[in-house]
Amino acid sequence: MKSFTQVTGIAAPMDRANVDTDMIIPKNFLKSIKRTGFGKNLFDELRYLDEGLPDQDCTGRPLNEEFPLNFPRYQGAKVLLARENFGCGSSREHAPWALDDYGFRAIIAPSFADIFFNNSFKNGLLPIILPAEVVEQLFQEMYATEGYELSIDLAEQVVKTPSGESFSFEIDEFRKHCLLNGLDDIGLTLQDADAIRAYEEKRKQQTPWLFGAIKPA
Amino acid sequence: MAGKTLYDKLWDAHLVKERDDGSALIYIDRHIIHEVTTPQAFEGLRLAGRKPWRVDSILATPDHNVPTTAVERASGVEGIEDPVSRIQVQTLDDNCDEFGIVEFKINDDRQGIVHVIGPESGACLPGMTIVCGDSHTATNGALGALAHGIGTSEVEHVMATQCLVAKKMKNLLIKVDGELAPGVTPKDVVLAIIAKIGTAGGTGYAMEFGGQVFRDMSMEGRMTVCNMAIEAGARAGMVAVDDTTIDYVKGRTYAPNEAQWEEAVANWKELVSDADAEFDKVVEIDGASIMPQVSWGTSPEMVLPVDASVPDPAQEADPVKKSGIERALQYMGLTAGQKITDISVDRVFIGSCTNSRIEDIRAAAEVAKGRQVASSVIQAMVVPGSGQVKAQAEAEGLDKILVEAGFEWREPGCSMCLAMNADKLGNGEHCASTSNRNFEGRQGYGGRTHLVSPAMAAAAAVAGHFIDVRDLTAQA
Repeated sequence: MKSFTQVTGIAAPMDRANVDTDMIIPKNFLKSIKRTGFGKNLFDELRYLDEGLPDQDCTGRPLNEEFPLNFPRYQGAKVLLARENFGCGSSREHAPWALDDYGFRAIIAPSFADIFFNNSFKNGLLPIILPAEVVEQLFQEMYATEGYELSIDLAEQVVKTPSGESFSFEIDEFRKHCLLNGLDDIGLTLQDADAIRAYEEKRKQQTPWLFGAIKPA
Repeated sequence: MAGKTLYDKLWDAHLVKERDDGSALIYIDRHIIHEVTTPQAFEGLRLAGRKPWRVDSILATPDHNVPTTAVERASGVEGIEDPVSRIQVQTLDDNCDEFGIVEFKINDDRQGIVHVIGPESGACLPGMTIVCGDSHTATNGALGALAHGIGTSEVEHVMATQCLVAKKMKNLLIKVDGELAPGVTPKDVVLAIIAKIGTAGGTGYAMEFGGQVFRDMSMEGRMTVCNMAIEAGARAGMVAVDDTTIDYVKGRTYAPNEAQWEEAVANWKELVSDADAEFDKVVEIDGASIMPQVSWGTSPEMVLPVDASVPDPAQEADPVKKSGIERALQYMGLTAGQKITDISVDRVFIGSCTNSRIEDIRAAAEVAKGRQVASSVIQAMVVPGSGQVKAQAEAEGLDKILVEAGFEWREPGCSMCLAMNADKLGNGEHCASTSNRNFEGRQGYGGRTHLVSPAMAAAAAVAGHFIDVRDLTAQA
């Protein structure tokens, strides 16, 4: 997994509550068997005026000029500002893959849906929870200032605005450690292989029916 | 010391290791997989030279991309017309063959929607931890299990380690007491719950459904309710074990054998929240007050009783909510104050992991019997959740009743719930759908979804617009 330490970049808006994962990456694009290449279809139904198809070259498609991510001022954005319950709906990891592939490194919102929040950490994409009034302030400052950039320092757990104001955020220690070092969860868990085997042996004695094997007919 | 909730008991029984940072390793008993969220996980295993830790804990089936017409289905994977869908289903077959995982393949008579075949085959049992790369995995919580959706990285993690890195959730009890009015179904109950607590109301919680309404409910009904826990923000939904649970499990293919049965049952009977258990939050709803529900907007919390009218954004003070209502009305092509019963229906979809079990097909057939789909309705389809449900429905003659009424009777799969196969809505079409999500574009580009129960969907098919199913059946 790629690591996350510090990021400074343009902030772009997704100014609505309950943005669902179908909106982030519509189901037409879930048919891929790869992890990459979803960025061009991020927010597809909002970003383009036509219906997108898998494996399509998107360069000639008609853009929705009213959708903020299409505004020149937000090109190259690395931080997405969002509202309550961002990422609700399906468990598709294609949602963080698409945000990452597009170029976002962090999302700031007052709250996130659980599965999306969890999936983001597995992909080096940092979801940051800040109080609703702080998020509102960032939205207003961003709208007022073209080229508005936010700086995020994970080690320090702060978001800094161009005026130097900084807001601290909470993050789980384990997730922070993994992100800072780009650690692979599986390798870490396998360090506990003996504990897993010991648990298994004990449970096989206590509740053998839970170990019923799925066998061919 | 306070007693334990059902979730506390399931969590404690599966705790392999608590880490100093507050995270924990949780052992996973059952892993169900499908074609959409696993190709990248298998690729990860291959790249790292890893193998599944316990290959016999995994059960696979393709469901999202499979065609549901008998013609397209006839020649199996090769017959799937959409080449991208075909590759995804073929990739699941190839991966399962390579790693030795049991798969109910496309035309196996046990194939079906993951969340239907898990309980049906007995692969998913009370007291288990169950995961799947699919947010509707909570369906299995109806068995008294800890079941929830995971992402693809976690699918790979569970395959490689049989564990999940997790943090304990908080406990939420949704208590619905009293007796449901006639014509009110489990789908209406769960939609009413979501309307009350909102799509983020359960975020961070494991949600237990308790109270008389759930005790009286069938297993199929409990699955419908737990299925939509995620639409209220909760990853996991669950119902305590009782005789209904045990009777349901008995005799299923992968259920405990006779030698283990009595011991298993004794263990399962402990899978209830203790009388003195403390929940972090309790929400109470009067079951008798619940009406048949219809969603009007683009979020599952935008749902109302069938006799209501769609909201007026001018009445909403909160600016974010107000613009949400305005956007939803525009997308759905509705006007503020329009009566729900005045919304015409272009297509009807009865199916999905929420409502495609035998009881759902029976409910639809009961309404359809002796009636006809309105001529204004372009298409009304019934998609059973599995080959077993299909066979059972046909044995009961339900397929004939539905076909005579003008419904299409399809092959099992996820179908129009998310339109990854050929079954989808046209731009601007309104659909009475028994599925779980009414998000923009979910059932097809520009499609307009209204979530309802199977009985309400069948009633809408007959009337050509939404109608209280009880008004329709009273006319007979």
